[in-house]
Amino acid sequence: MTMTAWDLFSLPFMQRALLAAVFTGLAAPAVGTYLVQRRLALMGDGIGHVAVTGVALGLVTHTSPTWTAVVVAILGSVVIELIRERGHAGGDVALALLFYGGLAGGVLLSGIGGKSATTLQEYLFGSITTISAGDVIVTMVLAAVVLVVGVGLAPQLFAVAQDQEFAQVAGLPVRVYNLLVAVLAAVSVTVAMRTVGLLLVSALMVIPVATSQQVTRTFRTTLAASMVLGFVASLGGLVISTFASYHATVAPGPTIVLLALACFILAWPTGAWLRRRRAAALPTGGATDV
Amino acid sequence: MPVTAAPLDDPVELSRGRVTIAGRDILRDVSLEVHPGEFLALMGPNGSGKSTLVRALTGLNPLSAGALRLFGTPYASFRDWHRVGFVPQRASAASGIPASVWEVVASGRLTRRRLLRRLSHADRAAIDDALETVGLAHRKQDGVTTLSGGQQQRTLIARALAGEPELFFLDEPTAGVDLPNQQALADALHRLKDRGATIVLVAHELGPLAPLVDRTVVMRDGEKVYDGVPLADHEVHGPVFFGESHSHHHHDEPVHHDHGPVPQVDAPLERSQEGS
Repeated sequence: MTMTAWDLFSLPFMQRALLAAVFTGLAAPAVGTYLVQRRLALMGDGIGHVAVTGVALGLVTHTSPTWTAVVVAILGSVVIELIRERGHAGGDVALALLFYGGLAGGVLLSGIGGKSATTLQEYLFGSITTISAGDVIVTMVLAAVVLVVGVGLAPQLFAVAQDQEFAQVAGLPVRVYNLLVAVLAAVSVTVAMRTVGLLLVSALMVIPVATSQQVTRTFRTTLAASMVLGFVASLGGLVISTFASYHATVAPGPTIVLLALACFILAWPTGAWLRRRRAAALPTGGATDV
Repeated sequence: MPVTAAPLDDPVELSRGRVTIAGRDILRDVSLEVHPGEFLALMGPNGSGKSTLVRALTGLNPLSAGALRLFGTPYASFRDWHRVGFVPQRASAASGIPASVWEVVASGRLTRRRLLRRLSHADRAAIDDALETVGLAHRKQDGVTTLSGGQQQRTLIARALAGEPELFFLDEPTAGVDLPNQQALADALHRLKDRGATIVLVAHELGPLAPLVDRTVVMRDGEKVYDGVPLADHEVHGPVFFGESHSHHHHDEPVHHDHGPVPQVDAPLERSQEGS
């Protein structure tokens, strides 16, 4: 039986799935790091909800759901960022309206267009093994863009997310960078859409980051470690679900997310121990250490 | 030196600046000039508008009326932000992700770095020098969250220093900081002052910073009520804005003002216009 499982990986659809998993696993936490830094861990989730309308538009109009999702997700993320920027008390509620409007609109639209719930479900919970060659290329290109921008502009994006007011007085175009992070988040949502699905996208953006920061103490290592963890979870989750599928229906998307969560559960006690040890080793202020 | 500004221009020139937030004037027609190399203390009770004033000078609180010039250039066309260092009012230098002291300080160097370029030797030297100046070179690899509040404040000062600015705005850097850390902060600012930097410091109380101050501005209800020779903490917060005599020796007093003798009474209200 195991031989045939290994043979599976030589099949084209499986190789496409592996490629999509690897690129998604690397790109999603790269953007997720900046979202967590701004304490916007759930922004990916919100964009994911909005993107459902994008997918439905693609299905109904018989165009590529990937591209319509990219466009709608980017539009949604820009609106979310503009609402957030204004910082009004009502902004929170405005975001909720947008998120659930996006989700409900998507489900309604695809129903009107005569699409079955299973078609939409491929996008809601991922369907990595049915990904087409064209979609793999789109996924790889978009993920590469996210990685190049997210890593290449790391000093600027770090500074803006760390302290927006300082960055503004330093003359950085804060608004441009804020919108850039929002657009990157939208792009990685659509990249991860086929892998883990729109409803679990945020998990792949946030859990690896939460895991790596248990044991890291610099931004650079957090960014790098979360990308490695995202890679391991995506690839590992896909492989595990492939093997497990001989015995039961094991979907890759939830497996990837649960594997990422398992890593977090392992890292958490280690982090707690490390923090206690560091706190004991380092004098924190007072007359002895100024 | 950029050609846009003559060397003798005042770093800060605010004329009749007004800041309106939610329909309320938080800052009312305040004029303020800060001269090159000056150490200005901006004091006043909570809610007096002193932080709003410094935020107006950095552009964070846009003016609803009045005019601001930085180094002789109108604010709207000012681009030399590397000449300005800002230390915002923060309880902590931390964010949602771990960051080392070095990383936070290095982000201050972005005012002088171009996109997608590695740090040059000059950049690294400036970052190391900034860490050295605030006395945190030995902690640069540590996470900022492992530092005490006072050390985090010094990290934020080092971040502003890393861009090698000529003009510093510090918004309440001593708030909630213990005395040894206030002293370390004073030492760092002393070094800056000796290098010729212009410093605008917002403070509720000066503490060990008092000897550094060249000039004090006192704010009350969004207006400037005193602008002149340095005042001690108790004079700003006590029942001081009445009376006649004036002393020029407050900044030579020991740092513990709180339990000092009955204050020498100044006449800041009467004097407030002549100093500006």
